[in-house]
Amino acid sequence: MNARVKIALLWLLVPVSAIVLALAVSSLVLIIIGENPLTAFRSMVSYGTQPNSLASMVNRAVPLYVAGLAVAIGFKMNLFNIGVEGQYRLAALLAAAAGAAVTLPAPLHVAFIMLVAMAVGAFWAGIAGVLRVKRGVHEVVSTIMLNFIATGIGAYLLANFLRKPRLPNELIIQTRQIPSSGHLSPLTVVGGEDLRSFVLIAVVLGIAVYVLIWRTRFGYDLRASGINPEAARASGVDPSRMIVTTMLISGAVAGLIGMTDLFGFFHAYTLDFPTGLGFDGIAVALVGLNHPAGIAIAALLFGWVDRAAQILDLEGIPKEVIIITKGVIILSVVIAYEVVRRIVQAQEIKGAAEETRRLEEEREAVPA
Amino acid sequence: MSWAGVDTGLVEAGKGRRLETRRLLYLLGLVILLLSAVRWITGADDLTSSGTYGAALRLAVPILLAGLGGLYAERTGVVNIGLEGMMILGTWFGAWAGVEYGVWWGVLLGMTGGVLGAVVHAVATITFGVNQIVSGVAINILAAGVARFLSVIAFTGQGGGATQSPQIPTRLPHVTVPVLAGGDVFGWQSPDALGWLERKRWFLVSDSSALFRGFMDDLSILTVITLLLVPTTFFFLWRTRLGLRMRSAGENPEAAESLGVPVYTMKYLGVLISGALAGLAGAFLVLEAAGIYREGQTGGRGFIGLAAMIFGNWRPTGVASAAGLFGYADALNLRSAPAVHALVLFAAIALAALGAWYLYRRRFTGAAIAVVIGGLALLWYGVTDSVPRQFVSSAPYVATLVVLAIASQRLRPPAADGLPYRRGQQTT
Repeated sequence: MNARVKIALLWLLVPVSAIVLALAVSSLVLIIIGENPLTAFRSMVSYGTQPNSLASMVNRAVPLYVAGLAVAIGFKMNLFNIGVEGQYRLAALLAAAAGAAVTLPAPLHVAFIMLVAMAVGAFWAGIAGVLRVKRGVHEVVSTIMLNFIATGIGAYLLANFLRKPRLPNELIIQTRQIPSSGHLSPLTVVGGEDLRSFVLIAVVLGIAVYVLIWRTRFGYDLRASGINPEAARASGVDPSRMIVTTMLISGAVAGLIGMTDLFGFFHAYTLDFPTGLGFDGIAVALVGLNHPAGIAIAALLFGWVDRAAQILDLEGIPKEVIIITKGVIILSVVIAYEVVRRIVQAQEIKGAAEETRRLEEEREAVPA
Repeated sequence: MSWAGVDTGLVEAGKGRRLETRRLLYLLGLVILLLSAVRWITGADDLTSSGTYGAALRLAVPILLAGLGGLYAERTGVVNIGLEGMMILGTWFGAWAGVEYGVWWGVLLGMTGGVLGAVVHAVATITFGVNQIVSGVAINILAAGVARFLSVIAFTGQGGGATQSPQIPTRLPHVTVPVLAGGDVFGWQSPDALGWLERKRWFLVSDSSALFRGFMDDLSILTVITLLLVPTTFFFLWRTRLGLRMRSAGENPEAAESLGVPVYTMKYLGVLISGALAGLAGAFLVLEAAGIYREGQTGGRGFIGLAAMIFGNWRPTGVASAAGLFGYADALNLRSAPAVHALVLFAAIALAALGAWYLYRRRFTGAAIAVVIGGLALLWYGVTDSVPRQFVSSAPYVATLVVLAIASQRLRPPAADGLPYRRGQQTT
């Protein structure tokens, strides 16, 4: 029991050291550019704890959370889905176009758009899965390539087929508006800031992912394949099928990343639709140690930092300093994780050795 | 394994390499011949103009530098997804030093910027054993952030802003080969022999002159250095002791260590050189191609470099060929829509030729597939009169995926590429 507590404390060291280090580096950067870090942090905290800031934090965290989940599903079996970026952008574009093309009663309409998004995301990720299984193409390389191809295809489809006919002096390129039956109205409005209702779907999604990965036979096979593919294969897990299925699920979840913005704000795919969420998702999954609860904390942390930093410009401090803060958090988490993992492993080996010795001594103590 | 076995292995590898180089040259000749024919049929002169080749070269340089950067890291067994980030640092530091102290400082500090990113990658992956993909992704995110932050501090109010630098006042020197391409010799304007031939529009003769002229006319000094880096890299990695040691760290680090090779040092060296080259690629973009730093300027060229490295089978000549191909596609896309359309006809004929080759080799399925796709390309050429711009910009990525899907069994990355290495522990 004592050893267990010790190990848990060691794991706790990972986020704590990352945050301490991030604060230290950010302070250092602020001091170098001649700003007082304490003023900066104080104004961030006071602005960031206002009710509308908290609502904004949640809104910002939701797509990051979904992206983190998508990445983590792959990570859990050592698959690097770097292609989440392309998967969600293509999914958002096609889902927006499909959603604008049909008329359905409200809940069905939303469900239909989500289904299209999941199908597109799964399809695009599935290509990488199939290439890996059938042709031995590493998924890191194929998903990077697929990201760029998705950008090209998306731009082509938007410009040629899916674009809303433009009025003479209209410059914006976008898909047709989704009718209001395909919108999600906000849960509540806090201090002028919508709290978008997609957060509920995200929570359900998180629980579903948790159950799937940690509480089902499939999830057990998936984690086993991630930890030791040879052992998993020996116990009857078909690695090819696992790879394709995992990529499909990861892609389907990735398809949902853009949905909160689509349902709650844009109602169409436009050229200023948020980009880069797929890469942020990798960061969030890493910081959240690939666990739904950890990812939620990481997404909320990043969402809060993003929101709270908006006040810095008013103080005359470049708010871009938080990008460095986030970068340091990511790097220190991955390094601290690796160090702690090694210490824990050494502990476990030592523990196992002691256990064996104890058992042997007991056996010898038993009179023949 | 006996020493004799190792020796024959090396000899055979050498023979394979000579064959590979010769095959590459034959292929290049064929491509030029075919391009000339297509130029002649379609009248799309930009397909083989020296202007296009020159532009292709300029566009290929950053890809080639990034690809060579990837090569150094992966040859020592470290996958470097962070090339893009290191390139971003190269663009920022190159622009900053270019504005403050002049272009040559820009080159130097651009490389230093790339090395800074590489130090982070090396410490994380080699010293701490962090997963190489994870570290690379983190560096890409971090580098973009650092560049934005530094721009806000250094460029706002100085004629730039959060997303761009002031104009860089000076340019790097350029050279033109005299007599052949019309360069100056002490103020005397020499004749432009290849240019004269090119303007004749003779089949093959003009097309080949244009190719050579593209490599001789108005070259940036950095372009020349980059071209020289290809044979230098080959010589360094395959013909020197240090190069052999670096490669051994990427092939079999345990064996290398047991023979006294300092594996960690070799890996550090590979990653740092990688960062320097990626930084140089960034510096080229700001100092040569644009004359200014803009956010997002790298536009994924670090990743294309990575693709070029894979496409080129982890070999310097291969990387150069792939970078040239990608640069050529880019150049045509920028310069001339009819030439891009003519390229579809080129693809159709090339596929037909491939089909005939397969037929001769009695590989009937391959032949059928090549002929069908070739026919479709011909049909596409016939019924359309332009190719969507977006398709051409995605072409390098599609090509890489196709090559990987078809030939991944024939590609040979370093054996221990991407595997973490701990001294004294057997990795599996």
